[in-house]
Amino acid sequence: MLKYAFRRILGMIPMLFLISIIVFTLAKLMPGDSLSGEIDPRNTNPQYIQEMREKLGYNDPLPQQYFRWIGNFVQGDFGKSTRFKIEVSEVLSERLPNTIMLGLTSIIITYILAFFMGTYSGRKPYTFGDNLIGGLNYLGLSIPSFVAGVFAIFLFSFTLGWFPSNGSVDIGTTEGTLEYWLSRFHHVLLPALVLGLLSTASYTQFLRNDIIENSRKDFVRTARAKGTPERKIYNVHILRNSVIPLITFLGFDLVAIISGAIITETIFTYPGLGQLFLQSVGTRDYPVLMTLTMLFSFLTLVGNLIADILYGVVDPRIRLD
Amino acid sequence: MSKKKSLLKEAPLLEVKNLETAFDIDGTYYNAVDNVSFKVKPRQIVGVVGESGCGKSVMSLSIMQLLPKGIGKVKSGEIIFDGISLEKMTEGQINKIRGKDVSMIFQEPMTSLNPVFTIGYQLQEVLFNHTKISKREARLKSIALLKSVGISRPEKIVDEYPHQLSGGMRQRVMIAIAIACQPKLLIADEPTTALDVTVQAQILELLKEIQEVNDMSVILITHDLGVVAEMCDEVIVMYAGKIVERTDVDTLFYNPKHPYTTLLLGAVPKMDEEEERLSSIKGIVPSLTNMPKVGCRFANRCPKAMPECFTTTPMLADVDQGHEVACLLYETSKPREGVK
Ligand SMILES: Nc1ncnc2c1ncn2[C@@H]1O[C@H](COP(=O)(O)OP(=O)(O)OP(=O)(O)O)[C@@H](O)[C@H]1O
Ligand code: SF4
Ligand SMILES: [Mg+2]
Repeated sequence: MLKYAFRRILGMIPMLFLISIIVFTLAKLMPGDSLSGEIDPRNTNPQYIQEMREKLGYNDPLPQQYFRWIGNFVQGDFGKSTRFKIEVSEVLSERLPNTIMLGLTSIIITYILAFFMGTYSGRKPYTFGDNLIGGLNYLGLSIPSFVAGVFAIFLFSFTLGWFPSNGSVDIGTTEGTLEYWLSRFHHVLLPALVLGLLSTASYTQFLRNDIIENSRKDFVRTARAKGTPERKIYNVHILRNSVIPLITFLGFDLVAIISGAIITETIFTYPGLGQLFLQSVGTRDYPVLMTLTMLFSFLTLVGNLIADILYGVVDPRIRLD
Repeated sequence: MSKKKSLLKEAPLLEVKNLETAFDIDGTYYNAVDNVSFKVKPRQIVGVVGESGCGKSVMSLSIMQLLPKGIGKVKSGEIIFDGISLEKMTEGQINKIRGKDVSMIFQEPMTSLNPVFTIGYQLQEVLFNHTKISKREARLKSIALLKSVGISRPEKIVDEYPHQLSGGMRQRVMIAIAIACQPKLLIADEPTTALDVTVQAQILELLKEIQEVNDMSVILITHDLGVVAEMCDEVIVMYAGKIVERTDVDTLFYNPKHPYTTLLLGAVPKMDEEEERLSSIKGIVPSLTNMPKVGCRFANRCPKAMPECFTTTPMLADVDQGHEVACLLYETSKPREGVK
C-alpha cells in the first residue's frame, strides 16, 4: 500500500511538470500582463515602463521566464501578488483555512444527508418517502449551484434572516473564543449546503440504487437462508457493499469542492480560495492565479490518488501493489 | 436396501401439499410450480430431475421461503416441516428455522458468498444466529467445519475472502455453512453444476458422507441422472412446473413409465457431453407465459402423444404401489367422474 502510494506520488511529478507548462503558457497567452499592477501609477512615462519590463524580466525569452518561475515555485517562492503587494503564499494562507472549513463542513453534511436518505430510500423503494426523497434529489440535481445559492440567500438570509449572507465570521468577535467559532460555523453552513447540493443529491440516488441492486444479489439470499434477520441483512451485508463506492467518492469530492467553491464562495462573498481565484482573474493577478491553478491541479491529482487508495482499503477484492 | 425399506413406515420430515408458486410478470402471476405434492422422510435422499426451467429451483426456494420478494410468492398449498407449516410463518419465525433445521446450498457458488466479508465471518454468522456461542468457540468451530468439508489449511482460509477461493472451495464453504447447525433437511440445488467434472464427484461424495454422519434428509436437485442413480433413494421427475413421475430410484431406472422420463434416461449414455444430456430431447420447456392451459404440458414434444393429450390434463396418480405417474397412457391419470 505504502509502496503503491509512493509510486503514484512519484508519477505525479512529470504530470505536474506538464501542467505547469500549460499553466504558464496560458498565462502568457492571456491578454495583458500584470505590469499595470506593478508599476508606480504616478510614473507612466513609456520610457519608465519599458525599463520596468526589462527589470522584471518580461522581455526575456519565454523558456527563460518559465524556468525562472518554476525554479522559484518549487522552492516555495510563488512570487508577489500584483494586487495585494504581498507574498502569494501569504495571500493564500489567509484564505486557505476558510476554504478548508467550507469544504469539510460541506463533505460532512453531504455524507450525513446522503447516508440517511439513501439507506432509507434503498430499503423502502417506491414508497412515499422514497418518492419524496427522489423528487427532492432531482430538484437538487437540476438546479445550478449559482441559482440555488442566490435563492438560499434570498430565502434564508433576507426573508427569514436565519443565516448571514456574506463573510466568514462576524466582525468584532475575538479569535479563539467559542463565540468566534460559532459565528464561523453560522457563516459557513449555508454556503456549505449549497456547495454540497449536487453531491448530496447524486450520492443519495447512487446509494439508493446500489442498495436496491445489492438486495437482489445471491449473497443476500444466502444470508436469508442462514436465518439472518432482515435488519442485519440491510445494515451489514448490503450496506457494507454499498458504502464502498461511496467512500471512494471522497477523493473526487476534493475536486468537486474546489471547482464548486469558485462559484459558491463568490455568491456568498466568502473569503476563500475560490473567491480569490475569480477576483484574481478580474484583476489579472497572474502570480496568484498561476499558484492557485497549480494548487488546484495538484489537489485533483491527490484526490484521484486518495480515491484509489480508499478503494484498496475498503474493498478486500482490490489489492494495491 | 432393507434400511431403506424400513424408512417407508416413518412419518415424513417434510410434506409438500399442492404447492403453487407464481411469479409476477408484467402484472400477472404465472405459476412456475403447479400443484406439486411430495414427501421427504427422515434420512432419505430425494432427487429432483428435469430440464432447465422446469421449476426445480423455484420449488426449493418456496420451501425455504426464499422467493424474491415482491416478485414471487407461494399462492397456495402447504409446506409442513417436522409438523409445522412453514408457509404461514412470519419472517421472524422462519428465520429461527432457516440455517438451523433446514439449510440450502445454491446453484451459483461464485456469487453466493458476500464478497466483502471473510469466510470465517460468514460461517460464524449462522452459528451466532442459532446458538449461544462465544467468539472464540465460534472461530474454532468454523475452522473445524471447514476441515470437515475437506478444506485444507482451514486456519488460513477462515480469514480469507471469497474471491481468493476457487468455485469448488466456495461450494465447500457453502456446504460448511449449511451443515453448521446440523440441520434435519438439506436442500442442495444443483450443487455441482457450476463446477468442473473432477470437483463435482468430490462434492457429491462429501454430501453423501455428511448425510450419513449427520442422519439428515437431502433434497438433491440435479440435471444428472447418473448422480441420481449414485445418491438418491427416491426420484421426482419434474416437467414445466409439475411432477410427472415419482418413485424409488431402482424402479425409475428399470421401469420408467412417463415418456419424458424415458427420454431423459435415453439421453444418459453420452457420459462426456455433460451439458448436452437433457437438452437432447427435441423442443424446449414452455415458458411461464406460454404454458398450455389444458392438456399434457409435454404433448408438443412427446413422441407418444395422442389427440386427447392436447385436451385432457393428466393427473399424478399411483400406477403401482409407490410409483406415481401423470400420463394419459395410463388409466389412473385419466380424470374420473366428478374430478376436474
Ligand atoms: N425471479 C423470477 N421471475 C420470473 N420468473 C422466474 C423467476 N425465477 C424463475 N422464474 C421462472 O420460473 C421457471 C422455473 O425456473 P427454475 O429456476 O425453477 O428452473 P430450474 O428447474 O431450477 O432450472 P435450472 O436447471 O436451469 O436451474 C422458469 O420458467 C423461470 O423463467
Ligand atoms: S399424456 Fe400424452 S403427451 Fe403427455 S406424456 Fe403422456 S402420452 Fe405424452
Ligand atoms: Mg435451478
